[in-house]
Formats: sequence, structure tokens, C-alpha cells
Amino acid sequence: MADREMRAVYAQTLTALAASDRRICVVEADLARATGTGPFAKAYPDRFFNVGVAEANLVGVASGLSAAGKRPFAATFACFASRRAYDQFFLSANYAGLEVVLVGTDPGVTAAFNGGTHMPLEDLALMRAVPGLAIVEPADPVSLEAAVKLALERKGCTYLRLQRKPAPEIYGAGEAFEFGKAKLLRPGKDVVLAALGALMVGEARKAADSLAAEGIDAAVVDVFTLAPLDRAVLLDLARKTGRIVTCENHRVTGGLGSAVAELLAEEGVPARLARIGAGADEFGEVGTQDWLAERFRLTAPHIAAAARRLVKGV
Amino acid sequence: MINPSPDRPALPAELADLAVRARSIRRACLESIAALGVGHVGGSMSVVEALAVLYFRHMRLDPGDAKSPDRDRFVLSKGHAGPALYAALAEKGYLDRPLLLTLNKGGTSLPSHADRQRTPGVDMSTGSLGQGFSAACGIALGLRMDGPRADGTVRRCWTVIGDGESDEGQVWEAAAFAAHYRLSNLVAFTDANRFQIDGATEAVMHLRDLSAKWSAFGWRTFRVDGHDLGALDRTILSACSPDPEADGEGRGRPAMIVLDTVKAKGVPALEGKAESHNAPFGPADLEAALDAMDKEAPRG
Ligand SMILES: Cc1ncc(C[n+]2csc(CCOP(=O)(O)OP(=O)(O)O)c2C)c(N)n1
Ligand SMILES: [Mg+2]
Repeated sequence: MADREMRAVYAQTLTALAASDRRICVVEADLARATGTGPFAKAYPDRFFNVGVAEANLVGVASGLSAAGKRPFAATFACFASRRAYDQFFLSANYAGLEVVLVGTDPGVTAAFNGGTHMPLEDLALMRAVPGLAIVEPADPVSLEAAVKLALERKGCTYLRLQRKPAPEIYGAGEAFEFGKAKLLRPGKDVVLAALGALMVGEARKAADSLAAEGIDAAVVDVFTLAPLDRAVLLDLARKTGRIVTCENHRVTGGLGSAVAELLAEEGVPARLARIGAGADEFGEVGTQDWLAERFRLTAPHIAAAARRLVKGV
Repeated sequence: MINPSPDRPALPAELADLAVRARSIRRACLESIAALGVGHVGGSMSVVEALAVLYFRHMRLDPGDAKSPDRDRFVLSKGHAGPALYAALAEKGYLDRPLLLTLNKGGTSLPSHADRQRTPGVDMSTGSLGQGFSAACGIALGLRMDGPRADGTVRRCWTVIGDGESDEGQVWEAAAFAAHYRLSNLVAFTDANRFQIDGATEAVMHLRDLSAKWSAFGWRTFRVDGHDLGALDRTILSACSPDPEADGEGRGRPAMIVLDTVKAKGVPALEGKAESHNAPFGPADLEAALDAMDKEAPRG
């Protein structure tokens, strides 16, 4: 079977859930074609609202819908979901104690041809500063379906970081997920590759294969939720291997790498850390996703090189 | 539901009662601010009459069942007028009046800006200007999705924005939205007290003709003296009447009532002054204000 498109999985999951949950509504800001929520709009036109190019109002209206007892899923490009509507999401949704799922599409280098203006390499950093917010970036279609359901059931807001493109399935259909629980995809005793999202989990797995060929035994973790972070699994593996490489389609500041650095330092775990991600002083730019992934050193060879440096101590 | 939706203008006796309520709200609000010594006097005082008419005549709610899904909702988008809202909620029976004296003190359930998680009767957390107005649109939409009440009445969302707040782009994003989705169950007020923090609205950011703007955005627009209880009542009745431009499903234009008000109304030392926005206000200031109120109507 061909890999399923992530956005199609998102829309199908919501449409299916909406049949039995009348609270679910979808709010878009003139990017429904990008989010791919057309099938939902068709099935439930009276629960689909387009606010136009107005991201502040997107989040404000979603917050109001939640205050009226609905379960809104609001979506826009991740750059605008985070940077442009941050105060709205922070206050009207989160501070107000409501239940809004904000979906940020095209994260990091997946923004590709939209280029630097549209390339969110800081959305995770911003969202991680919101108290009580769940931040989830699924690694495959199966975990995406689970993430949508978990977000729907959650008391509180969720930021769903969603790449549009297809992603290969990693998990079997019955796999159980929980926010705050990472998945150990591959055990390993020399180094941990902790990755977030479909793109980076895929690259980390490739890196682990190539490291194995050199005799380096790398564990691979699908972090799943950046918040709450699965501290137990990450600490345990860091203690056992003494080496951890964080892999995120994001700048190295404020996201997964920072979260893991804080964890290791606070817990006094003597582990070496390398952070894969765009540089602290780099803006995004334009290109194909593959070119950009290479440009920002997100690919398997870069991950493997970082792991090798930690293992060989050079 | 304590207030039935009125179908005729208030009778003289009802207006007299509203006047007593408004005075009591004004006084309780000033007392709460004086207990701290500083606060948002100006924008609280300008909205007192509107709150009195809403809470004691037009909004359908029940303080005994503050979370009833059937209630009307109220969003104070100019969240810094929280003190006036709290005084109205106390007058209505949501809060014990002595609680008002904890305003803005550490650990209080009455923070300067309205907070739905802390205060009974508050439907939305506000304070970042412009945001409450969007939320009010979302609430109106959500209420409409639930259909009319069992008795056939419309579930309404009511909201108040400031004239300075109207500088915010988000207000106009929401203005377009509410008209596009024909949210005729949304009734909004602009407290046009002619001042914002840095001075007169005409000097800081002149928005020109507010009524014309709202009409152009597709709203049913009204303009009224925001301190005239009878006129307020009649205008709200008009705003809630069926819209002649409604579609077959009864969905019409949202309503905007522009209130011509005086910032710090009822506090002569501060009336119509930019300094009234967030002003020092102690016991002596309170006494002076209450004396002035007494001259208009004896203390009850
Ligand atoms: C987004 C945002 N920017 C700035 C402020 C600070 N602020 C609080 S009140 C105010 C002026 C508001 O003027 P207006 O809406 O006319 O209020 P009123 O005169 O009714 O007190 C400002 C700038 C804020 N609360 N929110
Ligand atoms: Mg003003």
C-alpha cells in the first residue's frame, strides 16, 4: 500500500469522529485546501467555518466555540499558528482554560517552496512556553490518528504539528498511544537518537541502520509529544547509553534539544548531547524539502555523524 | 432563567429600579477600587448603565445556576473594566458584595481583567484587547449551533468593546466574520467614551465614523446615549427584534450599539479625562464621588 498522506489522515480521522461527536468543528483561515479538510466540510458543512485570512480571529473564534461547549480544530500554516496568533492561543485558548486544538501545518523544512517567510523553525519553542499545552508531532499515519483522538479527549489545548505529505507507517493498526509516552522503536546500547515527527523519525531510523553497519548500536525513540515530555524513557536511555542525539525539524533553540538538555542537566545525568536542527542563528529559506533538509543538516548522514562523534569521543 | 426576554420598553417603575441598580453598581465598583487605591476607574464607570440594563433586564441568566448551558453569555472584551462587571455580578447575586473589596489583591478571585476560570458568572477571559470580541463571535456561533431554547427563544451572546480597543485589527477580522456568518444572536456594544490610554481617541487614532464602519461591515448599527437607561433599553429591544434583512432561516445581521458615554462618568474629578483610565483612587476620592452621586439621588 502506498504511504498515506498525513493531511488526508487528519481530515479522515476528524470526519469519522464527527459522526458520533457533535461537538467537533473545523475552523480554517483560507488554507482549507492546504490542510485538506474539504471532506469534513462536505460531510458537515454546518460545522465547518472559514474565517478568511485572519489568524487572530481563527484562534479567537475557536476559543469562543470551545467556551460554548464545542471541540474546535483550527488550522493554518505552523508559522502563522505560532508566530501570528500566539497571544490569542496563549490567552483566549490556554489561559482561559479552554479546549482548542491548533493544527500547525507545513512545519520546518516541509514548508519547502513557500520559503523562509513560511518556515517555522521556532513554533515548538513558542508553544513549549505555554503552560499546560500538549505538543504533539506524530511520526506516522497511525500515531496521527491516535493524536487526533487524544487531543479530542484531552482537558486543555493541544498543538498538533502536522506535515502534509505522505509518511510511511511505523505502527500497527492497534498500537496504543498516550500523550507523554514516547515509543522506543529500536533498542540500542551505544547512543540514543530521540526524534520528533515523521521526517525526523524517518531520518533517525535510517541513521541507526547505517550506524549498525559500522558496529554502533543506536536506539531510536519516537518522542511523539514534546509536551508532556516522556522524561522517564529519555532519562533511562540516556543513563544507559550516556549519549543522546536529539533530532527535530526545527531550530536547535527552544525545542526538543533544549528540553532534553534541561532534563539531563537538572537530573544530573552525565550524558553527552548533540542537537540536530537548524542553527540558532539561521532563518529558513526556499528549496525542495530534500534540499532544505540537507541545507539544515537534518538528514540521516548528519544524524549518524553526530552519533559517531559522541560514540568515538571526537 | 430570571430575566424573561422583554417584549416592550421598560415601564417607569422598572426604569426607576434600573436607576437604583446602576447607582448601586457604580458605588460598589468605586468602593472596590478605593479599597486598593488605584484602578481602571474611567472605563469601568462609562459602562455601568449598560451593565445594569443587561443584567437586570435583557440577558437571560440565573445566578443560582451560573453554568446553565441555556444561559446567555457575556464577554467583556474590554477586560480592564472587570471591576464594573464584578460589581454588576455582585448586584445580581453571583458574588457576595464584601468579596468586591478583594479586587486585585493577591489570591483574589477578582483580577483586574475578567477571568472565566476565577469568577462565577464570567464567561470569557479577556484583557488582551480585541480577543474577547473574536471569542464572543465563536460563542455566538456555538450557541446558534445548539438551536433555540426549549421555549423557542434565541440564545444570545452579548459583548462590550472599547473605542480604543477598536484600533485592534482583530476587532475588524471578527466584524467581518460575524456579518459573514449572519450571527444575529450576537449583540455588541462599543463603549465610545472618547478616550484611550494615551489621550482622546481622536488624537491617538481617529477611527472616524464608527457607526458607518459597522454598517459598512454588514452590521445592524445603533447609536445611543450610554447613560440613558430608557434609551438603552429601547435600543437593545430594537437590536434584538427580528432583522428585516434576515434570511429564510432567520439568520440576520449581528447588532452593534455604539454607546456615547463619558469616561469616568459619576466621578466629577475624573470625568472625561484621559488620566481616569487607570487612576489613583483612595477613600477621599470615593467620598467625593459618593457626595456627588448623593446630589443627584440620595444614598439608599
Ligand atoms: C492587546 C492589548 N494592547 C494594549 C493593552 C493595554 N491597554 C489596556 S486598556 C487600553 C486602552 C483601551 O482603550 P478603550 O478601549 O477606549 O478602553 P476604555 O476607554 O473603555 O477604558 C490599552 C492600550 C491591552 N490591554 N491589550
Ligand atoms: Mg475608550
